[in-house]
Amino acid sequence: MNRRESLKALGLTAISSAVLLEACKPGALKTDKAVDEKAAAQPGREAFEVERDNALNAAKFFTAHEMATIAILSDIIIPKDGKSGSATDAKVPEFIEFIVKDIPGHQIPMRGGLKWLDIQCLNRFQQTFKDASEKQRIEMVEDIAYPKKVKPGMQQGAAFFSLMRDLTASGFFTTEMGVKDLGYVGNVPNKWTGVPADVLKQYGMENV
Amino acid sequence: MITNAMVREVLTDKGGLATGVSYVDKTTMEEHQVRGKVVILGASACESARLLLNSKSVAHPNGLANNSNVVGKYLHDSTGASLSGFLPQLMDRKRYNEDGVGSVHIYSPWWLDNKKLDFPRGYHIEYGGGLHMPGYGFGGGIENMNGAVPARDGKMKEAGGYGIGLKDDYRRFFGTQVGMAGRGTAIARESNYCEIDPKVVDKYGIPVLRFNYKWAVEEVKQAKHMQETFQEMMHTMGAIVTSKVHGAEDNYGLEAPGKIIHEVGTVRMGDDPKKSALNKWCQAHDCKNLFVVDAAPFVQQGDKNATWTILALSMRTAEYILAEKKKLNLS
Repeated sequence: MNRRESLKALGLTAISSAVLLEACKPGALKTDKAVDEKAAAQPGREAFEVERDNALNAAKFFTAHEMATIAILSDIIIPKDGKSGSATDAKVPEFIEFIVKDIPGHQIPMRGGLKWLDIQCLNRFQQTFKDASEKQRIEMVEDIAYPKKVKPGMQQGAAFFSLMRDLTASGFFTTEMGVKDLGYVGNVPNKWTGVPADVLKQYGMENV
Repeated sequence: MITNAMVREVLTDKGGLATGVSYVDKTTMEEHQVRGKVVILGASACESARLLLNSKSVAHPNGLANNSNVVGKYLHDSTGASLSGFLPQLMDRKRYNEDGVGSVHIYSPWWLDNKKLDFPRGYHIEYGGGLHMPGYGFGGGIENMNGAVPARDGKMKEAGGYGIGLKDDYRRFFGTQVGMAGRGTAIARESNYCEIDPKVVDKYGIPVLRFNYKWAVEEVKQAKHMQETFQEMMHTMGAIVTSKVHGAEDNYGLEAPGKIIHEVGTVRMGDDPKKSALNKWCQAHDCKNLFVVDAAPFVQQGDKNATWTILALSMRTAEYILAEKKKLNLS
């Protein structure tokens, strides 16, 4: 292949990935178009990656009822406090909606766990978890939030709650709000000073 | 430079010399050929073996560079086992930049006497930890940590939980975790090999490899030594182990072959053309204008990652090719 043919091939590549993007758009939704342009503008990404992200963002996994339940649960797990906002302030439910599509292995444990929770609440309170009172919700959560002392019959609920807790933590602490809350510092270009002297002293490492 | 090109086979002439390659353009699915005076494969150990085995011709009926029948054999990957936990003395630690720390490779088991080991060679340990940027998985398994140490009020609390207390725990445990991953020498064995699967092709119609690889007792003993060393260090540091502690029932956590992705050895070099595919310059014994510059020529890996040795060998091969061209031994 000579240079001209190479350029021709490159042109073809660009066209074919644009065609792919068009083809996987679910409809004429403006939000989807914005997502396409954002993803396409990212350098170093393959056409199939952009295509996959667009497909994930266009698909919807959880029902409105499930999303509302996830929102309540995530705020019970990570509420607003003096330092930062709540899980829903950090858009954790939106993150969970995305991650179960990105990692499909979470789909059945999440959907089934939410259903398990609703059945429990219907039996106990004649209400779904979402429609139960705040006091009733906490009573339910108390039974599944402590996996090492969970009562027989509640283990499935505890497994679901542990997954919900892990996804909430991932979703919250990977946002700007969560990163600032933790105090993650990170690299600054052209500057690496190592472990501060007072920290070395604190751990008795100053002479090592 | 042609990107998105999946090479199908190395082309040869009647005399058996390489004349170029044929490839499929992955974006258009069109077939192409390029001609070359010298063909250099750097496709990765298994893919280079696959290419050679798929390049059958009248001159090379057993696959290219395979008169010795060793192509695909002696496949080996580093051993791997790990353990992780956290250091209670690092809770509530001061925040500062720790990007770039961690993943250091240290020969720590061999600082002491290692003459009485029951396995050959050895391994290094890759240590991880630090105040890293939170990513997916951050805070996962907090129930294995927050019930194991006293809370701020000095009292033990129940593992797991929710709410303001849990939120505070994520802060307290940030940067306390420590992990150790052992990576060691696996022995190159003829009985561990890849070969062309006679029934399966990929989406380009190119026959794929299938793998035959079993760990031997030497690698299992090495994993046992890793686990004992990790646990001793964790204990000495005062760490609380949070990952599964492996034992004889699961080969001491020895990862499946291929998991460490340091695969090497499938187109081995050697002086004897009956026992090796390439000479010491990574030049095929059976096809003088064909070279392999990835990890396939390795005869026996050390415990270390393959990349730097690949770089060193490929630089050496490049210099040899230029010198041979000057002497007109290669056109």
